[in-house]
Amino acid sequence: MTSAIGARAPRKEDARHLSGKARFVGDIKVAGTWEAAFVRSPLAHARLGAITKPPGMEAQVFTAEDMPDLAPIRCESTLPSYKVSDYPALARGKVRYVGECIAICIAPTRAEAEDLAEAVIVDLDPLPAVADIDTALAADAPRLHEDWEDNLFLTTRHDGDLSEAKARATVVIERSYETARQAMNPMEGKGVLAEWDHRADQLVVHTSTQVPHLIRTGLSECLGLDQAQVRVIAPDVGGGFGYKCVLQPEELSVAWVARKTGRPVRWTEDRREHLTAGVNTRQHRYRITAYADDDGRLLGLDADIWVDIGAYSVWPFTACLEAAQAGGNLPGPYDLGAYACRTYSVATNKPGFTPYRGVARPGVCFAMELTLDAIARAVGRDPLEVRCLNLVPGAAMPYTNVTGKFYDSGDYPAAARAAAQMIDAEGFAARKAAAAAEGRLIGLGYACFTEQSAHGTKVFAAWGLPLVPGYEQAMVKLTPSGTVEVRSGNHSFGQGLETTLAQVACEWLHLDLAQVRVTMGDTGLTPYSTGAYASRGMVMAGGAVSKASEELARRLRIHGAHLLQCDPAETEIREGAVWKGQASVGFAAIADAWYLHPDRLPEDVDTAGLEVTEGYKPDIDTGLFTYATHAAMVEVDPESGRTEILDYVIFEDCGRRVNPMILDGQSYGGAAQGIGSALFEEALYDAAGQPLTSTLADYILPGPAELPAFRLGHSETLSPYSRHGIKGVGEGAAIAPAGAIVNAINDALAPMGAELTRIPATPHRVLAAILDARAAREAAQ
Amino acid sequence: MKPAAFDHQRPETAEALAALLAAGAKPLAGGQSLGPMLNLRLARPDRLAGLAAIPALAGIREEAGIIRIGAAVTHARIEDGDSPVALPPALRQVARGIAYRAVRNRGTIGGSLAHADPAADWITTLTALGAQVVIRDATGGERRAALPGFMPGAYRTALGPAEIIAAVEIPAALREAYWGYHKICRKVGEFADAIGAVALHPATGHVRIVAGATGGAPLLLEGIGADLARTARHPGTGALRLALETALPGADRVRIQLLVTALDRAIAKVVPA
Repeated sequence: MTSAIGARAPRKEDARHLSGKARFVGDIKVAGTWEAAFVRSPLAHARLGAITKPPGMEAQVFTAEDMPDLAPIRCESTLPSYKVSDYPALARGKVRYVGECIAICIAPTRAEAEDLAEAVIVDLDPLPAVADIDTALAADAPRLHEDWEDNLFLTTRHDGDLSEAKARATVVIERSYETARQAMNPMEGKGVLAEWDHRADQLVVHTSTQVPHLIRTGLSECLGLDQAQVRVIAPDVGGGFGYKCVLQPEELSVAWVARKTGRPVRWTEDRREHLTAGVNTRQHRYRITAYADDDGRLLGLDADIWVDIGAYSVWPFTACLEAAQAGGNLPGPYDLGAYACRTYSVATNKPGFTPYRGVARPGVCFAMELTLDAIARAVGRDPLEVRCLNLVPGAAMPYTNVTGKFYDSGDYPAAARAAAQMIDAEGFAARKAAAAAEGRLIGLGYACFTEQSAHGTKVFAAWGLPLVPGYEQAMVKLTPSGTVEVRSGNHSFGQGLETTLAQVACEWLHLDLAQVRVTMGDTGLTPYSTGAYASRGMVMAGGAVSKASEELARRLRIHGAHLLQCDPAETEIREGAVWKGQASVGFAAIADAWYLHPDRLPEDVDTAGLEVTEGYKPDIDTGLFTYATHAAMVEVDPESGRTEILDYVIFEDCGRRVNPMILDGQSYGGAAQGIGSALFEEALYDAAGQPLTSTLADYILPGPAELPAFRLGHSETLSPYSRHGIKGVGEGAAIAPAGAIVNAINDALAPMGAELTRIPATPHRVLAAILDARAAREAAQ
Repeated sequence: MKPAAFDHQRPETAEALAALLAAGAKPLAGGQSLGPMLNLRLARPDRLAGLAAIPALAGIREEAGIIRIGAAVTHARIEDGDSPVALPPALRQVARGIAYRAVRNRGTIGGSLAHADPAADWITTLTALGAQVVIRDATGGERRAALPGFMPGAYRTALGPAEIIAAVEIPAALREAYWGYHKICRKVGEFADAIGAVALHPATGHVRIVAGATGGAPLLLEGIGADLARTARHPGTGALRLALETALPGADRVRIQLLVTALDRAIAKVVPA
């Protein structure tokens, strides 16, 4: 069947997207809707005084004082040392970052709402800003949260014993690395439209989210409503990447105002709000000491990791997931004997921090992969050989690493060698020499990683999060027409789940994709799911759809066997029908019998019917580990500092590929975002905490002209622990580009003695590194 | 962000336009810079006077050895060579590299000059080509300002109140000029981090070497240009660096490096290194 698992089936959702007929929050028309604009803090840190509403317009402006019944976003964690930050929907007492919401204004149009927001007068008494990690950790630093004794959300320790590694090491590499703060920039920004439905006695919230059921939980907790009184509908969502997996203060304010006024209210995030006030991501700092022997064998690793969290903890992923993941994932795919690591989640006067595609791993991969190249240079070996020496070998699988991660299956060195072969590593030395003869600098770089996907109950419980996913539910139903309806509480914001979940159903039910309708995103129509994050959608929702489809197929064979007057064991399903030999009965006839002509079925018919809800999680909670090696070949222009990607190769193993075409798209998109991190994207703040990159003229995203023609290779090592051997893959390709590209840049710059340790590797940074190296060389002469 | 309320009129005659400008309206000549500034509420005019509907401002003609390009001519028209007279190849080449086609479809040469963003293409290009800016006042009177003097600094021009740019004028002989242009920017379509522009026309003795995107007005490197005219040889990066460091004291070393690179590569298109 061309529509089952493994088919490169065109996406069901593309027709409406390509013809501009998709329905995003901004497209929804509800009569009488007013638009919202927010009064936002112009200061990073200040005491909030009086707020004066424009005279005569008081009924259209709401502040925290108007909302005593709205609880702040409060994200608890059971991790020791974790400190809770109350994050009010509208500022109370203090503002803690530029862009923090102070008041919500509503009017018939957005422009009028912005006029109103401008007219609100806010008294602010400035406080010293804590704009970066060093300022935040100074002994006399001002406190963001006054009841804390410092500016740390959390510290964690992994106290491995490094004494043997230190004793045996003949090579010691010390490095500091930094990764920039980023904004996630989904093409569609955040949007929310809330209305009170009197017939259902329900607050209906249309919101651009990855996690509709979680948002319902969050909204109901903060608004004090029963969950049955809240319906969350995520319509088409134009990218999420983590930005839309948290409860946002604007969602709360809009919902509260809609309930209070009885008027439908919408807020549409604009790009400036996204770049200055939306939650950020990625900003890490590392201090690493690596111990190795003369072969480049890594003996031990000692690390400090700081994460610049911003002002508040997000719900439900807390302020701590990033650092916990960083500390736990730094060893990556490597067989590391000894490991010690301390992490610091630092509060600063900037917007909060949410996990972004790859969650911490782009940073740790960057740090680890640059360290491995530094080791390779120190011992004079090929970076590929040093990697293969240290990667967990296939024969060791399954393998539990130094931080307790359970690598379920795979052959990591094989992927590294395959990537090297694809990019013609063997021929590279000659190519490099030929380029050098023309005065050109080219370099080759690798980065290897694992992507923990679809990790479940025990892992989340150990992180102390307010959400712990369990069995993912899905409903699969034969309609009266004999077609199939799939309902999942997960959501698709571009990953193609409408197609791939249908493909999973087709694996059991042997229909054309057009005969399978997939409904997601509406809490009123779908079973509870914690949603789409952690590369879990295909594994979890796919597994649940598979299980429910299998059960539906079993029931169809029972009914079909009755209609065919045979034993169910004698039947099979193909081409949308139940067959015994040459005789068949179509699904439509079975549906007709069940729904409209039950007289054709036996007296003792199975009363469960043709609607199946099943729950699923993989056999292990520790996740299924996709892995890959990226290899980049770059040319660095030493006169302009510009990096051009000459070739880019990804060799990946994510187990069973449900739709290889969609997977290719995931790889392109993830790698494009990784290249953004590597070379372009940087949300800058000055010492007063003022954002300096408030438009896309200042915050540079890569465009098509900046991206290479990615070349992909795959192996398929099925996970023994998941249905169909599927592993998650949504995040992976975003993880490695910074490591691979900066290693390639450093390879190219090695003859000049320059080395980059910070991303993005902008032309400015490349030139500064070259000029520094030149100055150092001249000083030494 | 949505703009604060404003009135938008599109006069069809120069006289109607002059009346609007005299009443304090801000000219809108494509809006590719003004539009975002309105949306960000950084510019808050009560009234906008669109220039596009005035035929005289949208024409291109050649008279007495001068090519006159109306202020409301779009980058796209120049890129496409949509003109009754042949445009200098330099203009078409530069136009093709301005921002993105969507911007070029609406953005105009006069609007770009009036905005005077140091990183924009036309201000540097037209300086290298020795262009004159034709300025019209409310009475219809015209005066001319040469580049680079028209732009004394970043976002500043010689335009007085109620004056508009009517056209730019370029010597027609420069169609045959040797032209070198190199723009360094972070990505395709972005504003420049450095521009080098060279126009050399031995028959008329025209030689101009200009560094653009300096953070201020385009920098005319007269000494380097004179040497180039005399020797017909690339001055070398050392001489460029020295000239730039002299002309831009206190400039960041990376900016100097980028400008050296842009000039070096622009000049190399005209004379061998």
